[in-house]
Amino acid sequence: MMDELQSEGFITSKIDDLVNWARANAVWPMPLGISCCAIEMMHFAGPRYDVSRFGSEVFRFSPRQSDLLIVAGTVTYKMSKVVRKIYDQMPAPKWVIAMGVCTVSGGIYRTYSVVQGINQFLPVDLYVVGCPPRPDSLLKGLMMIQDQIRHDRPFKRGTIIDSTPQQPIEIPIPLIEGPAKTQPSRIITV
Amino acid sequence: MFSFSQLQERQPELQFEPVAVGDDPGAIFSRDQIFAVARRLKDEFGFVQMIDALAHDRMERKERFEVTYNLRNHRTKERIFIKVRCDERDPHVPSLVPIWSGANWHEREAYDMIGVVFDGHPDMRRMYMPEDFEYYPLRKDFPLMGVPGSIPLPHHEDADPRFTVADRGE
Repeated sequence: MMDELQSEGFITSKIDDLVNWARANAVWPMPLGISCCAIEMMHFAGPRYDVSRFGSEVFRFSPRQSDLLIVAGTVTYKMSKVVRKIYDQMPAPKWVIAMGVCTVSGGIYRTYSVVQGINQFLPVDLYVVGCPPRPDSLLKGLMMIQDQIRHDRPFKRGTIIDSTPQQPIEIPIPLIEGPAKTQPSRIITV
Repeated sequence: MFSFSQLQERQPELQFEPVAVGDDPGAIFSRDQIFAVARRLKDEFGFVQMIDALAHDRMERKERFEVTYNLRNHRTKERIFIKVRCDERDPHVPSLVPIWSGANWHEREAYDMIGVVFDGHPDMRRMYMPEDFEYYPLRKDFPLMGVPGSIPLPHHEDADPRFTVADRGE
């Protein structure tokens, strides 16, 4: 905090914090629900694992109005052009979650038609593994993205067009599991 | 009870090779006879439904590809298979779409995956792979992971270079 103050100045670092707080608490996802992971993403938005508690009040089905692209489902080579087009249409700052093992590494489809990992053509910020991942796993992923956003430094980078963080990302460890299934979920509403 | 020799009663010049597919009878016909035989099976012998049409690669030098049609008679609940073979250098067989229009997409898939061209098909183009794809994926000599660069990945100047692999062609 002290070296930030010395390098940036007090006002700009506070504005950075304010901007990051605003962005992190209102992450509007663009759900690219391609196959089975889309169903878990629907649950993630549903009443039990409610994502609008975290600021994702609306799932904008238009890429022009969203900041987070959740790629949920198997991406084939034929579909990769479409996914890239949608990513390109999103205005910066934008983040990408690769949901499900098909997007992370091809999943169970080790074949000529499936892209073995979408990081070959998209910059991915977070990988959520699972087939499909539990909605609470994806929720933890969203919280990690929010942490990433809070540590972003938009004004120091100089331009708000460039949204990829320049420091090495400390956080994107693939999530292995959500809360254990034997524990009762604390998110249950009456 | 149907047997293929009943076809020969009215057409004694018919030549076929009987083969059993599971518990059901089947026969291999030649390319010039298959259309007439299929028409007769549907009109006279009651095999009105074509359940499936598929092609496969036999990995033999002569007559490499074989197209199989699975037909069913609802009244007698019988199932038969009729097959036709073709060579790799001349992979054409007559299309059965004029008889069963349900064969349309099955034959398109067979063309896409194996490369057998169905003469007389109203819409002979690829089904799953992109139209300009140059290979036939379900042939036995096609590699499992495909040919790198055959379907290009989109341009990705800000993707992480640690993860890109050589299969993005342009």
